[in-house]
Amino acid sequence: MIETKQEVTIKFAGDSGDGMQLTGNLFTDNTALTGSDLATFPDFPAEIRAPAGTLAGVSGFQIHFGSKKIFTPGDQYDVLVAMNAAALKANLNNLKDRGTVIVNEEGFDSKNLRLAKYEDGENPIENDSLSDYELFKIPVTKLTKECLKDSGLGTKEQDRSKNMFVLGFILWRYSRSLDSVTTYLQKKFAKKPTLIDANLKVLKAGYHYGDTTETFTTSYEIKSAPLEKGTYRNITGGQALVYGLITASQKSGLPLFYGSYPITPASDVLHLLAAQKHFGVKTFQAEDEIAAVCAAIGASYGGNLGITGTSGPGLALKGEAMGLAMILELPLVILNIQRGGPSTGMPTKTEQADLLMAMYGRNGESPLPIIAAQSPADAFMTAYEACKIAIQHMTPVILLSDGYIANGAEPWKFPNAADIEKITVNFAAAKKANENGAQNGEAFLPYKRDENLVRKWAIPGTPGLGHRIGGLEKEYDTGNVSYDPDNHELMTKTRAEKIAKIANFLPEQKIDIGNEKGKILVLGWGSTFGVINAVVNTLIEEGHEVSSTHLRYLNPFPKNLEQLLNQFDKIIIPEINTGQLATLIKAQFLKEVVQFNKVRGLPISKIDLYQFIKEQL
Amino acid sequence: MTTTIANLKAKDFATDQDVRWCPGCGDYSILKQVQSVMAELGLNKDEVAVISGIGCSSRFPYYMETYGMHSIHGRAPAVVSGLKLANPDLNIWMITGDGDGLSIGGNHMLHILRRNFNVNMLLFNNQIYGLTKGQYSPTSEVHKNTKSTPMGSIDYPVNPLSFAMGANASFIARSMDRDPKHLKEMLKRSQAHQGTALLEIYQNCNIFNDGAFFAFTDKATKSDTALFLQQGEPLVFGAENDKGVLLDGYKPTIVSLKDAQFSKDDLWMHDEQDMFKAQILTRFFDEPNADDPQYFPRPFGVIYQTNRATYEAQHKDQIEQAVTQKGSGDLNALIRGGSVWEIG
Repeated sequence: MIETKQEVTIKFAGDSGDGMQLTGNLFTDNTALTGSDLATFPDFPAEIRAPAGTLAGVSGFQIHFGSKKIFTPGDQYDVLVAMNAAALKANLNNLKDRGTVIVNEEGFDSKNLRLAKYEDGENPIENDSLSDYELFKIPVTKLTKECLKDSGLGTKEQDRSKNMFVLGFILWRYSRSLDSVTTYLQKKFAKKPTLIDANLKVLKAGYHYGDTTETFTTSYEIKSAPLEKGTYRNITGGQALVYGLITASQKSGLPLFYGSYPITPASDVLHLLAAQKHFGVKTFQAEDEIAAVCAAIGASYGGNLGITGTSGPGLALKGEAMGLAMILELPLVILNIQRGGPSTGMPTKTEQADLLMAMYGRNGESPLPIIAAQSPADAFMTAYEACKIAIQHMTPVILLSDGYIANGAEPWKFPNAADIEKITVNFAAAKKANENGAQNGEAFLPYKRDENLVRKWAIPGTPGLGHRIGGLEKEYDTGNVSYDPDNHELMTKTRAEKIAKIANFLPEQKIDIGNEKGKILVLGWGSTFGVINAVVNTLIEEGHEVSSTHLRYLNPFPKNLEQLLNQFDKIIIPEINTGQLATLIKAQFLKEVVQFNKVRGLPISKIDLYQFIKEQL
Repeated sequence: MTTTIANLKAKDFATDQDVRWCPGCGDYSILKQVQSVMAELGLNKDEVAVISGIGCSSRFPYYMETYGMHSIHGRAPAVVSGLKLANPDLNIWMITGDGDGLSIGGNHMLHILRRNFNVNMLLFNNQIYGLTKGQYSPTSEVHKNTKSTPMGSIDYPVNPLSFAMGANASFIARSMDRDPKHLKEMLKRSQAHQGTALLEIYQNCNIFNDGAFFAFTDKATKSDTALFLQQGEPLVFGAENDKGVLLDGYKPTIVSLKDAQFSKDDLWMHDEQDMFKAQILTRFFDEPNADDPQYFPRPFGVIYQTNRATYEAQHKDQIEQAVTQKGSGDLNALIRGGSVWEIG
């Protein structure tokens, strides 16, 4: 029997060595091809290989998909796949009432139960503690080994294939084709045909297990979602960000230079860019965070599109150099894939707590534009725009993303490259020397500005433009060192005004959903986009007077923001911090706001936000 | 590719800015020799970039009529790395000091040396913090009395050239502000080297550490304390060229050439290409003491030089190789990816 469902949330959970991330990603790609809308949330342990079988070692991958618009990876899951006792224990609390638990029986032997800290003699899949749920026990390890007994693979390699059994089973359960996984395995193990055969065999065994075992009477089907017409692909936030940067490089004609030091969760940007050298992308794994940003500054000085990327602790280290780039007035993009802080904090968990550091975390008066991505696919245009602002306004730009966006995935109606606007670059023109070797015309003024207070970019190697720049205060126009009090004040104000004027180039802020005036406006930024949309949609369906708007430009704000906020009786700002956007809004507009703050290292849950807004109605 | 220009003069490389080092500072001599050498070599100033960190020496770019950046403390090697990758044809001169390059920037110094970007790096060593008014530096001698060490410094000093050998530098040399001829020769050798050329220059800070190197620069003592290296020549020093360095296995020994026991042919012949000998030479780091018969004189000249692929050339090769293998990047294909589906 095939039953049709509107939406489903599945959590794959296992030991960090069980391959749950791969299982989740392969299932996601397969889901995307069916035309369902989806959102994912990988949740890994901090340690690469925490001791096997322990609670600390549990790795999870959550996917929410459906035949309707999907905004978040889901608060609670309909199905929990648990490869061992620890995975069950760590994830059971978010399983929906009457939800389904699928377990690998061998993951519940006495050793695993002990490591998961169950009481002596207590086995949750044998006693009646799961009686409120639908429980399926599958001897995954045993069946996988049986399947591979003649494969010639060692015990370890056989064991490693058990995620394919689970994947095959889940694909059967949701009436899928095995094609996308088959193609993946053929490509991945092109040089090791034994492994293709082995994995395919296990995958099919899992698939047929569902089909032939009488325990499973029902499989499910989710129809495609009513997404906008067009061609779609599945994309992670990390990929979208990198493709946006490369697009900006191609559209501006500037070679992309990326200086970075490995840090979770920003390292993927370095990996993904390093794989795109055929786009002329230059990656430089620097010796530390400071060297990474300084190398990017050097590259920008040399006429490349200089970019550096990091996460919170790295942004703290880059502060002085960002100030240098700011006073030099060179283009630079600083990516901050935020994570839980302070200090080392929670590297693999998400948070939005670096907004005020981005805004104020440098010595002296050093304002910088800040732009934030709101979803995985949105990171593409956010990255492109950050580069465009940096190049056209000769300034460092901070792009804020976070672990939740970077690791999450969603379907993307991707643009045609030819339709993306070119980015014009304002280089200073070379000056020709006369016969005596002297320069013609007036002396070159490196800090002469246009009507937007933007100076020209003069690249070393250009004939006749030799000039010196540095971190010392500069004289207006000439850029020579100056300690003159009036000049310092003029330069400080000019640099600030230059950033403020960027607002003239930004689109006006619009209401995302709901009326343009009313009782409540939910104002968000960054990765809370999905949850705010889901909750506000629900409230509107229930007949409540609620609207929402999401900020991409955090400094400067869009010019009409104050006016837009003034159309509502109450502004609610949900954030995964203790109120950083709220602080900026209050300071800039002297406006009362209602804060909804969570700092749990997790995305804000729909239920929590829904209840909070309802109480505010 | 770089171009050369005929009939340049040192002043063609001087800016209209007032030079603001203390009168009598060793930096003046270094600035003058750099400008002279650039003119003599006919460097095109549009293709030269002078990049510095922070400190007295790091004001250098403001006085050079070329491209230049006065960056932040200790980080010039990183700025240089990015600039060289952006434009491998630029002729980059990095200026640093003992505090900038070996204290706050010690980390970056290590990495630029091992990576081997083709740049000239001038390390002005005056064994003191000048800009901050006289604290001991990482190259100051132990027991040094300064404002921050009223009872004497207990920091053991770093040996910059041994450090550089440990970092796998491809070129290391030493010179001094008070010997313009030698300094110019070393600047030319640095420029000729393809790779990171580290030139340590002993520079007198006449305000906070006057005379730190007089033992090596004063006529009275110089011949016994300083050893001027020449490729293929024996290691000879002393007022009458009467002392030599003999290498017995790994062990260097000072011998007298006065009696007939040793001749110049017995001595250690300088070979810049010999890494093992270079390591020993950098260890000639005793406090100057001309009265000690076994005192090892301080070597000046090119201590080590080897040819090794530059970082920027290898970086460029990989990009070219990627283009050869995959073809020039196709933006549409990148954005589209592998699997797509239609809705509508």
